[in-house]
Amino acid sequence: MKLPIYMDNHSTTPCDPRVVDAMLPYFTEKFGNSASRNHSFGWEAEEGVDQARKHIANLIHADAKEIVFTSGATESDNLALKGVVEMYKEKGDHIITTSTEHRAVIDAAKSLEKKGVKVTYLPVDKTGRVDPDDVRNAITDKTILISIMLANNEIGTIHPIAEIGKIAKEKGVLFHCDATQGVGKIPVDVQELGVDLMSFTAHKIYGPKGIGALYVRRKAPRVRLAPMIDGGGHEGGRRGGARSGPPPGGGGHERGMRSGTLPVPLVVGFGKAIELCAQEMPEESVRTMALRDRLQDGIMGAMEEVYLNGHPTERLPGNLNISFAYVEGEALLMGVKEIALSSGSACTSATLEPSYVLRALGVGSDLAHSSIRFGIGRFTTPEEVEYTIDRMIKAVNHLREMSPLYEMAKEGVDLKTVQWAVH
Amino acid sequence: MAYSEKVIDHYNNPRNMGSFKKEEDGVGTGIVGAPECGDVMKLQIKVENDTIVDAKFKTFGCGSAIASSSLATEWLKGKTVDQAGQIKNTEIVQELNLPPVKIHCSVLAEDAIKAALNDYKKKADTEGETEAAATPA
Repeated sequence: MKLPIYMDNHSTTPCDPRVVDAMLPYFTEKFGNSASRNHSFGWEAEEGVDQARKHIANLIHADAKEIVFTSGATESDNLALKGVVEMYKEKGDHIITTSTEHRAVIDAAKSLEKKGVKVTYLPVDKTGRVDPDDVRNAITDKTILISIMLANNEIGTIHPIAEIGKIAKEKGVLFHCDATQGVGKIPVDVQELGVDLMSFTAHKIYGPKGIGALYVRRKAPRVRLAPMIDGGGHEGGRRGGARSGPPPGGGGHERGMRSGTLPVPLVVGFGKAIELCAQEMPEESVRTMALRDRLQDGIMGAMEEVYLNGHPTERLPGNLNISFAYVEGEALLMGVKEIALSSGSACTSATLEPSYVLRALGVGSDLAHSSIRFGIGRFTTPEEVEYTIDRMIKAVNHLREMSPLYEMAKEGVDLKTVQWAVH
Repeated sequence: MAYSEKVIDHYNNPRNMGSFKKEEDGVGTGIVGAPECGDVMKLQIKVENDTIVDAKFKTFGCGSAIASSSLATEWLKGKTVDQAGQIKNTEIVQELNLPPVKIHCSVLAEDAIKAALNDYKKKADTEGETEAAATPA
């Protein structure tokens, strides 16, 4: 077994070597601009893009024309929220989302609030799920968009998206879903889920960084978006003095919603990554879930006062988020520094606020500071899981021995009744 | 963020980790911080003839908080009560090469020292009063 161990697969994933192999020719011999319509270099690149677009569309049960390439999920989220608000401002000015969305959605919503848009941030229950009835009750005649993530990036909790999709449809409100953590890991069908817009990205599923997509529904309803980046679709053909560029202000690739020359090697890599997920998801999800369950049992079975964050079953197969009472998360990461993990502790942040996601679940600040996120992925091995269990137990015990809180708790002091000097 | 070697050393080999009995003679205890802020330090000193002969700590907090309190116990030993009151958080920052985001850990350590010293003085005064009261004039 090689050290260090990578167990932070919610942050990013390594490229699958098969993805890199698929990409390589597109850097050198197939380097054309996919928007160049008048020579074979362009056609070849376009063919690569078209193939990728098909694979991506197939996985989520969409049409290839409904896939808009972006630089990643953050851009997709921004385009969805800001593009809808701009396009539908005559219709209303209200957005509904949740308090546990990724920063890309929350910060885009906050930026829209500054421009006068009204945003409702719905609460979640203690497992991290939003109540579809809360969504229904929040809808007003001014609501133009609902944006709720498929699966949470910290706790892996999967929202009841299909139920919310039904409500959105019934009320005639557009529904955006940030599916960054879910696509490629759990089955996603935009028809079944009833979503009109969906963000996802390549680098979470063993593809390259710098390429993402926004699914934009074309029928029932036909969703329109104001672009964030102008440039008349794609520049390749036209700027090169080619014959038929799209008319200014419309059409073009990505349906005029996102201009800029497509990064063909990245698009091809994205397509290959999705193709592999489609083929391997049934086995891979079972395998990663088994490793995750072993990790969970190994750690939680060996220590007292260790708590699972998130939903016990409605959770991404590779996700595990645990709070270790009486020890601080960052110190714990330091104790297992040969294993790459993340913590909900915000000891390094300027505000000293721990994870807003865990706080929204009602997890106390103390336990939020004590949380660790494990992300099992395609390349995680059983040996790595066993090693991690062993190292976590040792590090937690080391820190508990050093912890005044653990000592007080052992002496029978109720920590909740202590008058702390909050600083 | 990478930790300095000194912080890592204190984390792996904490100095003077442990506890004295609070009611023991000459022991001053300072507990500062709060669990919801992510750090709590308990620092204890044992004083004989105005000199700190031993010190112990327990800390719930990040590596820098652990190192700051571990270092504080090293520095406290051998100092008089007055000298101990002079220890500044900036000296801890310098010794451990703490980055700006971790300065609060050193502040907490200085607060813990002050709290322990105050507790000791308060106890000593009370004991003194008791003795004085017990001794007929």
